[in-house]
Amino acid sequence: MNVHIEDKIIMAHGSGGISTKLLVDEVFAKVFHNETLARMDDAAVVTVDSKKLAFTTDSFVVKPIFFQGGNIGKLAVCGTVNDLLMMGATPKYMTVGFVLMEGLPIASLQEVVNAMQLEATAAGIQIVAGDTKVIEGDGGIIINCSAIGTIEDETIIGAAHAKPDDVVILSGTLGEHHATILCARMGIQNDIHSDCASLTEMVQGLLQNNIDVHVMRDVTRGGLSTILNEIATASHVTIEITEDDIPMNADVKAFSDILGLDPFTMGNEGKMVCIVSQSDAPKALDIIKNSAFGENAAIIGRVSDINIPKVLLKTRFGASRSLEILFGEGLPRIC
Amino acid sequence: MISLQEILEKLKTYDGRKLKIMEVCGTHTAAIFKNGIRDLISPNITLLSGPGCPVCVTSAAYIDRAIALAKTPQHVVLTFGDMLKVTGSTQSFSEAKADGAKVEMMYSPFEALEKAKAHPENTYVLAAVGFETTAPVYARLLSRAIDEGIKNIKLLTDLKTITPALDWISHISPSIDGYICPGHTAVITGTTAYSQLAKKHHRPFVVTGFEGEHILVAIYDIVCQIQSGKAQLHNLYQNAVHVNGNQEAKALLEKYFDVAPAFWRGIGSIDQTGLFLKEQYAEFDAGKVISVQENKSCACGSVMLGQISPNECPMFGTACTPTHPQGACMVSFEGACGIWYRNRR
Repeated sequence: MNVHIEDKIIMAHGSGGISTKLLVDEVFAKVFHNETLARMDDAAVVTVDSKKLAFTTDSFVVKPIFFQGGNIGKLAVCGTVNDLLMMGATPKYMTVGFVLMEGLPIASLQEVVNAMQLEATAAGIQIVAGDTKVIEGDGGIIINCSAIGTIEDETIIGAAHAKPDDVVILSGTLGEHHATILCARMGIQNDIHSDCASLTEMVQGLLQNNIDVHVMRDVTRGGLSTILNEIATASHVTIEITEDDIPMNADVKAFSDILGLDPFTMGNEGKMVCIVSQSDAPKALDIIKNSAFGENAAIIGRVSDINIPKVLLKTRFGASRSLEILFGEGLPRIC
Repeated sequence: MISLQEILEKLKTYDGRKLKIMEVCGTHTAAIFKNGIRDLISPNITLLSGPGCPVCVTSAAYIDRAIALAKTPQHVVLTFGDMLKVTGSTQSFSEAKADGAKVEMMYSPFEALEKAKAHPENTYVLAAVGFETTAPVYARLLSRAIDEGIKNIKLLTDLKTITPALDWISHISPSIDGYICPGHTAVITGTTAYSQLAKKHHRPFVVTGFEGEHILVAIYDIVCQIQSGKAQLHNLYQNAVHVNGNQEAKALLEKYFDVAPAFWRGIGSIDQTGLFLKEQYAEFDAGKVISVQENKSCACGSVMLGQISPNECPMFGTACTPTHPQGACMVSFEGACGIWYRNRR
């Protein structure tokens, strides 16, 4: 693709879309290059003393720090745990770094910390080390979490493993977290809640039932369009999905229609795409639907036998169009 | 009453003379793309994306001026999100922000009132870009600022009106056979001006909404009109659009704005299409921008008028890409070049 990186960091570099990819490829990956990193999965899969581990790190900068359905602490633990789960790992240990800004009420910090412990307990992960720094600022918080989990030897899950005829399952409706944060920033009151959640139950359900899972990805920054494109590229396949089959939250759809946002590029924090073999798809869907946060799960498409990295959407009128990775920031339009 | 299925069938199998239909509004362009409507209609019907995306047709000189203001001490520029990546002659708002310019994304122009009250030491300059749908909001903002005695708000206007632009396009591009007209601007303007255009240029003008169904029905209506030799205004968005439009909004526009020629990026100056603050509100005016055709090799004008395809522009995909757009049509998600670029892989 004929694009080049800007001279300075701009907000679009954090969008999760094409600008983020450019930043990572041009600045980091070519220097830090190694085989594990090059896989660009949600977590690195490494082997220590012949034991397979998933190892991940993630930073959280959301503003406001409290929002409908959660806060930055809950988000940090869920997001980090989900990155381990997506590799088929069992979450084990986590470290947390806090950057606290001058003026932050201790009571707010306590509430954030309490939420973290609650989520960690639920996900079966222990917070075993931490760090704090205080900087000048506006009373905000930045949190970094790193975590490890164990992976069974036979588990091989990753973005590069989608195969022709595989079935694509989406664990629920799109865009809630993104819409919640925008509403909070815009001072709009409505019933939209962040879907922020750890997907422990559904992932463990799939693994314990020996479902033939090829890929799992949580639908975060850049949205469904971006992560499906990443999978299509890593696996060198065309993924076909059907608009009518994609679960939508009516409130999010109405909100995004008004602002000119596209739910396909909006972020979630408690949804995943799971690509499984055709034969195991009905059972996998059943397990996800019966797990916490999976009640709206649906089969949304399949992996075709065309080996061109592309994502095609069949629209509700029967036309076909390609779904694209997010360009720039996913911002509201004027009209 | 004809069903949607029958309309789809008739549009798919249309084998009459080749038709060019322009959808004027960027939101229609986005909906056509989103629903894959080009794939659903006969190759004898070409849909052209007109200049109705306000962000796309904002000049580089305007962006330059706004960035210069944002780099002026004690000035903050407020803009809608989709303006952030539009490039001026050297920088976009996003890049200028990284350079220390004070640019804030707004979700509603009324946010300026609270900011201005909280920070009397700053002047808040609104990048007032848009068509008839957006312009009354800025007029209302000014009326509230005046009522509340707020002096530190200014408008850098690049507000435009769409119907005189359509008159100009119809005149300069007689090969366009019919127009899909924007429902939301018609909510404000009413339909009288479109009726006059239909009569003057002997072309069907159809006002419609933004769902895929609305657009398909509008295309079908235009095809039927052409086949039966008609050239009328049809309002298919009657729930929202009335013949006289929104009188209150129109009165606000008349009170605060004068009509004058406006510069359209990629096209040039078009008479009677700009809304500029009246002299008596000069204290709220962040200044006039003089625009000229900035990039001679940019062929956006010809793209928007349906004379060439995006890939025939010499800059397409090389100097001009969605992350570094040069021309109007690459700027927005809704621009014809951006859509072509994203779908060419």
